[in-house]
Amino acid sequence: MNTAWLQALAYLGLLLILSAPLGTYIGRILEGERTILHPALAPVERALLRLMGVQGEEMEWKAYTGAILLFNLLGGLAVFALLKGQGHLPLNPGHMGGLPTDLAFNTAVSFTTNTNWQTYGGETTMSHLSQMLGLAVQNFLSAATAIAVLAALVRGFARRESKGLGNAWVDLVRSTLYILLPLSFIFALALVSQGVVQTFAGAVHTASGQGIALGPVASQVAIKMLGTNGGGFFNANAAHPFENPTPLSSFLQMLAILLIPAALCHAFGRMVRDRRQGWALLAAMTLLFVGALATTASAESRPNPQLAQIGVAQPAGNMEGKEVRFGVPGTALFATATTAASCGAVNSTHDSLSPLGGLVPLWLIQLGEVVFGGVGSGLYGMLLFALVGVFISGLMVGRTPEYLGKKIEAFEMKMVSIAILLPPAVVLVGTALGVLLPAALPSVSNPGPHGFTEVLYAFSSAANNNGSAFAGLNANTPFYNWTLAFAMLVGRYGTILPVLALAGSLARKKITPEGPGTLPTHTPLFVATLMGVVLLVGALTFLPSLALGPIAEQLSLR
Amino acid sequence: MPARTFSARLRPALVGVLGLSTLTGILYPLAVTGLAKALFPRQAGGSLLRSGNQVLGSALIGQAINDPGLFWTRPSATLGTDGRPAPYNALASGGSNLGPSNPELARAAQIRIALLKAADPGNQAPVPVDLVTASGSGLDPHITPEAALYQAGRVARARGLPEAGIRALVAAHTEGPQLGFLGAPRVNVMKLNLALAELR
Repeated sequence: MNTAWLQALAYLGLLLILSAPLGTYIGRILEGERTILHPALAPVERALLRLMGVQGEEMEWKAYTGAILLFNLLGGLAVFALLKGQGHLPLNPGHMGGLPTDLAFNTAVSFTTNTNWQTYGGETTMSHLSQMLGLAVQNFLSAATAIAVLAALVRGFARRESKGLGNAWVDLVRSTLYILLPLSFIFALALVSQGVVQTFAGAVHTASGQGIALGPVASQVAIKMLGTNGGGFFNANAAHPFENPTPLSSFLQMLAILLIPAALCHAFGRMVRDRRQGWALLAAMTLLFVGALATTASAESRPNPQLAQIGVAQPAGNMEGKEVRFGVPGTALFATATTAASCGAVNSTHDSLSPLGGLVPLWLIQLGEVVFGGVGSGLYGMLLFALVGVFISGLMVGRTPEYLGKKIEAFEMKMVSIAILLPPAVVLVGTALGVLLPAALPSVSNPGPHGFTEVLYAFSSAANNNGSAFAGLNANTPFYNWTLAFAMLVGRYGTILPVLALAGSLARKKITPEGPGTLPTHTPLFVATLMGVVLLVGALTFLPSLALGPIAEQLSLR
Repeated sequence: MPARTFSARLRPALVGVLGLSTLTGILYPLAVTGLAKALFPRQAGGSLLRSGNQVLGSALIGQAINDPGLFWTRPSATLGTDGRPAPYNALASGGSNLGPSNPELARAAQIRIALLKAADPGNQAPVPVDLVTASGSGLDPHITPEAALYQAGRVARARGLPEAGIRALVAAHTEGPQLGFLGAPRVNVMKLNLALAELR
């Protein structure tokens, strides 16, 4: 198993090495400094902003929020219209018809909120135009949205007695143009070299009658990973050989998932003029990731007792739903990365993971995807937990808590509490409805505790904007399409709104100079406190439901 | 809100969505497609295996095989448009989504074991796991080297060839981990079967 260790070490090593220079670059972009790409892209940026009528004036938090919401609303409506009308539009070699309203709404919400929950099979439902001009566009724009929100929050920490949080339009355009587009372009070509297809042609048919679906896949897969979106071009997502043909393409895709989230920690450190703060958050994320990965990998490498009883040789481990080219190590690493982030791409079917191997991804999602997390959203989520960390520490010594010199008071803690508690509330209420309502029950496909886990996973994934699934659950029903769309909206904007309100409040405060009683937030002690807070909130909220699902299944499996 | 400020607010959103959609939804995929066709034409088109004008399949997409004289691919859970099992349907990828505790998982494995034993009654070796479990895509073109060697005796007998030659062919088609540490050792069944046809 030493290649498994090598792969994990190479992965984390490369991720941490690449994240530092990329973080510096992103920091420069968000602070409006010139970069190496400016000679090529600045004219495009200027032209676009002029057409938009944007001068780049500072926005206070309400205006910033309004811009973000309007941008997402129009983007979502465009996807909805495209999906309803795709039957009458070009680039539709498979003659796909328009989608039913509940499915079109669910999908539009799903891609606009960076969830990419998919209750349709890509190659059986979507025209090429819907994929590239609808879904892939929101892959870019939803990621840019979260980078903009993060930038506003970080400016809230960095600025003193200021009302402005930056200009949302400038942040959205720059994030797309300078960060997401160039990286996607490079990744897309690297993926094609491995065998990911990229063509506007329809399916080919072989002499023996096998139909093989094709499409503009590489361009979409690149941003699907870099933007931690996760929506597959094909139903099987990154398990499909045309989306993920080789172990190297899988490695690159895993790297793409966590690259920007890790880099943003460094961008944050640079923007608050104390890079150690970024390192501390990155250290907490990395340590949590290693623990999760070790658990998944060890659970998946064990034989399935049911199959052992009928004499199946299982040196390869639990192979149902997995691809031979990735094996257990390449699958466990992917499953951990995709759920640590809000990505949700899968290179195996998570429904067939072993009980404990499935528990870890599920719990990573439920923690709020703050272990690296989604592009932008992971870091603003982790910063909320950092505020809880200083708040609890402050209570213990009886001092007003501070973070980066900003006093954390009642209003801030209210916003933090709303943002941290809303998604879990939606998860638990939604799961309860899913197992109580007669209209919902027939969707469950596996018997026993595993069936419960399918429902819990669906609402956890939607409310935390992950998008992966225990896909045996038939979620293409009106009940699931509407309730999960609601869960995705609450999970996304129920976090973004309090985060931006928090940013506005923080920006107005002055920065208190460090004193002897200040809790340093870059030390190993604070890293441990932060990890403890994340795990404690996650455990207190979800242990009972996990006991009913994967833990009960693990105990019953022999 | 007066009409003028409303349109002033709407303009950046509307133009922003349109402009960025054009950049990321039209120009970007067009540029990637153009460069991909120029740099990697075979891969961009689906790594197709051809014989003359005929397309035999894709090197990356498995096919359903039940000829005892060929190597079998893994079980596949893909369905046809009628909702019935249609293994290796590359127009509708997907896995079984059977949970680890689902009795159907063992039942499906038992059926598959029976098929393998019926085609190869003398083979007493334990059946390798990838020959009784469905892949996530339902299109897995690979099997493990153990699964290929398990089938070597059957293939040799059906083709009237010495088993040692078949095993050597499997060994020659076994790919190690990519770059030495990525992924699992594997055999591409599509390529192995094509090589088998040339063995006579």
